[in-house]
Amino acid sequence: MAVVAARELRDGEVVFVGIGLPNLACNLARRTHAPNLVLIYESGAVGAVPDRLPVSIGDPALVTGSLMVCGMADVFQLFLQNGKIEVGFLGGAQVDRVGNINTTVIGPYERPKVRLPGSGGAAEIAIHARRVLIVSKLSPRAFPERVDFITSPGERVQRVITDKGVLEPDGPTGELVLTALYPGVEPADVQAGVGWTLRCRPNLAQVAAPAPADLRLLRDELDPQGLFLKT
Amino acid sequence: MSMQDAVARFVRDGDTVVIEGFTHLICFAAGHEIIRQRRRDLTLCRLTPDLIYDQMIAAGCARKVVFSWAGNPGVGSLHAFRRAVEGQGGLEIEEYSHFGMVARFAAGAAGLPFWPLRDYAGTDLPRANPRIKAVACPYTGEALATVPALNPDVTIVHAQRADAQGNTQIWGLLGVQKEAAFASQRVIVVVEELVDERVIRSDPNRTLIPAMIVDAVVVEPWGAHPSYAQGYYDRDNDFYVRWEAISRETARLESYLDEFVYGVTDRAAYLKKHPGLTARLEAKARISAGVNYGF
Repeated sequence: MAVVAARELRDGEVVFVGIGLPNLACNLARRTHAPNLVLIYESGAVGAVPDRLPVSIGDPALVTGSLMVCGMADVFQLFLQNGKIEVGFLGGAQVDRVGNINTTVIGPYERPKVRLPGSGGAAEIAIHARRVLIVSKLSPRAFPERVDFITSPGERVQRVITDKGVLEPDGPTGELVLTALYPGVEPADVQAGVGWTLRCRPNLAQVAAPAPADLRLLRDELDPQGLFLKT
Repeated sequence: MSMQDAVARFVRDGDTVVIEGFTHLICFAAGHEIIRQRRRDLTLCRLTPDLIYDQMIAAGCARKVVFSWAGNPGVGSLHAFRRAVEGQGGLEIEEYSHFGMVARFAAGAAGLPFWPLRDYAGTDLPRANPRIKAVACPYTGEALATVPALNPDVTIVHAQRADAQGNTQIWGLLGVQKEAAFASQRVIVVVEELVDERVIRSDPNRTLIPAMIVDAVVVEPWGAHPSYAQGYYDRDNDFYVRWEAISRETARLESYLDEFVYGVTDRAAYLKKHPGLTARLEAKARISAGVNYGF
């Protein structure tokens, strides 16, 4: 997933980076095909070049050597609301048929079955980043027909990168449809992890397997302890 | 002033309390002293409640939490918070997004009643929190979201250094500390190092909080552990991972508080209970070249 997500990033783009797999994907892209990718973290690091895997979004390694460090009012107003962010990377406990994300509650808001962390910056990232990419593992619980709570609206979602294939919005409703499969995966395998009847685009694309060099970079240098790769 | 005196004088039962710092410079030492002095009915506000508010909730200090992301960064859940929200804990919550919380502090710091922002369209957050409202722009008619000003009774900011008057310098991640301090009735600054006023004056662009808004300066080295202070010590990521198991069970969490919060008098005593900690986390030097302030 990290490799497929990295391929979505173009050299020179400004990307708002979330923690976990999005962070790995961005740093992989920066070390391979997109050396001029500008990584912005909501904690205030702009043009960060972390030389260890940041466990949290506020890791001190994001500060050392970065181009700019600013307060969070500047991050959200001058960069995000002002339209300077090209790509926003989000994950989520639930992603629904039209790409809405829930990171707030499972069950009713007032009496939650599971209380999740909440929005953080995810609501405004989904609203202001020009392209929104979602990275999430497939399962019927993670991909229900409708999320229990809309934390981040799905309007700007362009790709949902899963562990078996890629979904994209289709037509005026923005319904997510299957557009590409990983090697050795059938559409039925993807359907098994999605809670609605998944439509497939004709002529499904085949996602190329990760290059050995990318895997080596991920496993040996970017996440040697397997903090995020194991998932 | 000692931490004990600062909390005794400036933090009162029922107060709206802010201990800010985004991952960086979270003042655990102040949170622990508030727990020791058994403050009650506090409204605790922070973007990320983090382990410190989890501990304060577990200790019974909180009536309400105002927040935008309540998790253990890179690890998972805040279990005391979750128990209080999912069960019959009776903890009140008021929830925003990060931008919403930042905007609340910005309004409070600017002396305005609310702050407009382009946010929340298509989300369920305004339904969950009716204090998120909307206003029509008087120039364009555009509907903008609004959040109310947040003006805490007391804000506690951890910093690398300040002079005795409270002119406070911070570098690394700045979070919303400046806005939170300016929005607050009272401000306690806790520092790694007390420095001469000449040191502050040699680099005035680095001053985030001026003495005129500061009520107390407390010197408490390592007061942010397990959070970190750029240039002083690293984040104790191992402890954040360990908190998952500690906080999962009420009994284990209570014995943690007994040993490391109630069982010590101050940060120096806390550090004595963690042999090897300072050697493990002490920062390596990466000195900035500095600039010419002459004219």
